[in-house]
Amino acid sequence: MGTKVRMRVWRGDGGAGGLVDYEVEVNEGEVVLDVLHRLQATQAGDLAVRWNCKAGKCGSCSMEINGRPRLACMTRMSLFDPADAITITPMRTFPVIRDLVTDVSFNYEKARQIPSFTPDPSVGLGEFRMQQVDVERSQEFRKCIECFLCQNVCHVIRDHPENMPAYAGPRFLMRIAELEMHPADTADRRAIAQDEFGLGLCNITKCCTEVCPEGIHITDNALIPMKERVMSRKYDPVVWLGGKIARRPRRDTPKVPGGRA
Amino acid sequence: MTQAPQAPARTRAQIAARTLRRDAWWRQPAINAAGLLAIVVYLTWASLVNGDYFWKPYISPLYSPCLTSNCAPGAGFHWVPWLTALTPAILIIGGPLGFRFTCYYYRKAYYRAFWRSPAACAVREPHARYSGETRLPLILQNVHRYFFYIALAFNVILTIDAVVAFRNHAGQWGHMGLGTLVLVINAALLWLYSVSCHACRHAVGGRLKHFSRHPLRYRAWSLVSRLNAYHMQFAWVSLFWVLFTDLYIRLVASGAITDPRFF
Ligand code: SF4
Ligand code: SF4
Ligand code: FES
Ligand code: FES
Repeated sequence: MGTKVRMRVWRGDGGAGGLVDYEVEVNEGEVVLDVLHRLQATQAGDLAVRWNCKAGKCGSCSMEINGRPRLACMTRMSLFDPADAITITPMRTFPVIRDLVTDVSFNYEKARQIPSFTPDPSVGLGEFRMQQVDVERSQEFRKCIECFLCQNVCHVIRDHPENMPAYAGPRFLMRIAELEMHPADTADRRAIAQDEFGLGLCNITKCCTEVCPEGIHITDNALIPMKERVMSRKYDPVVWLGGKIARRPRRDTPKVPGGRA
Repeated sequence: MTQAPQAPARTRAQIAARTLRRDAWWRQPAINAAGLLAIVVYLTWASLVNGDYFWKPYISPLYSPCLTSNCAPGAGFHWVPWLTALTPAILIIGGPLGFRFTCYYYRKAYYRAFWRSPAACAVREPHARYSGETRLPLILQNVHRYFFYIALAFNVILTIDAVVAFRNHAGQWGHMGLGTLVLVINAALLWLYSVSCHACRHAVGGRLKHFSRHPLRYRAWSLVSRLNAYHMQFAWVSLFWVLFTDLYIRLVASGAITDPRFF
């Protein structure tokens, strides 16, 4: 037999809606997603929740629990005081489709605009060799499950939606960093990282790192190293002078055209 | 074929509350703001008093290198005789201050604590517009790597100050007092803070694409990366220790306490 807990769940269509109070049973060892499922099964058959793996690996169940961006399937009910109501809202940064389900297509549009992996065409298939140390940095970023909690919490777009066209968000600035750190990649995305994807808007306040369920050090290992690379490309007079003297041509890779955002 | 009806325009969930967080999210920025303010107050006072910063063989890190001609006798270089209107501390404070002001960690700390952009994660910031570090003045944060090299020069000077502190008050070598220990710890903490800097991490190897072709730089990068994980801790401890060192020398120089001599 479980205990009862009060849940305040945001219900609505599009952006209009509000918090609705429920009382739901909770059993030992359960996570927030279990309780939402029980709510759906017993009281609110039309509650929309997105989920898939229930193991913290698909990135579908992102929402805000007591105001903190989290995966519902990885948030234990034992975290909360049973006497208090738990407030559940959809991710704030993205438009609501229904209830807790948001439309995250912004992220897919940004992803498409990043110039993809560009190996040297003169190196034949299967000829390139690299060591573990060459890929270690990128491997951390590959742990990303695309839950978009970092995109959701980033104040650059969360508090200022008008920045959305000019800003790719931490997940995709990290994708740029990953490619820039790839030993076999030949493109140069430093200029567009700043000019098209808005790296300069990030003020390294680390909320993306705080919420990442995979524990990726997004700010320290991707965004700041990327800012340092941009500095060399755009703001460092010594690097600029060195490039002039050595007559190194600049080959900035342009952003992939298209996409609404 | 019939045209699919246009999906209704979707908007974000309209939630008026600034945040729905129920934990003490305001605590950390409040502690940081109080800490930084206290430090600024002490720094301002200590760099304006222009006295009690030197007691042979100790010099306060705030006043070293002492470049003006109004330096305490035996303390300085007297290189800038025309700048006696400034205290020796004010003349040099721009270097270390610029380094810390543009530091990635301190930026996070003061953007959160003072500018409240954001004060804490998922707490709406109070500004109507936001341009981040894309234009003046904040675009100047990009000079951080130059301040890094300036800071290294200061570290060398403060390390020399720690070495020459192995003398007694009369100037003979091979002696040590509590002040010597304070100065040695000060220099060590400053090196840890600077070496763990993100600009340093980039310069020693982070900027490379191909680590396996540069094994030595990879080793250096790995070491700096390990230290870099503690950059925030080094930032606070080293800053606190600089002020403590100044205070200690101030107390000794003014005669409020006597420096315990070890040998
Ligand atoms: S560190 Fe940058 S990208 Fe990450 S949440 Fe903060 S502003 Fe956004
Ligand atoms: S970086 Fe972390 S928070 Fe961002 S989408 Fe990937 S897993 Fe989620
Ligand atoms: S359901 Fe897959 S991450 Fe939560
Ligand atoms: S000193 Fe903090 S990042 Fe450089």
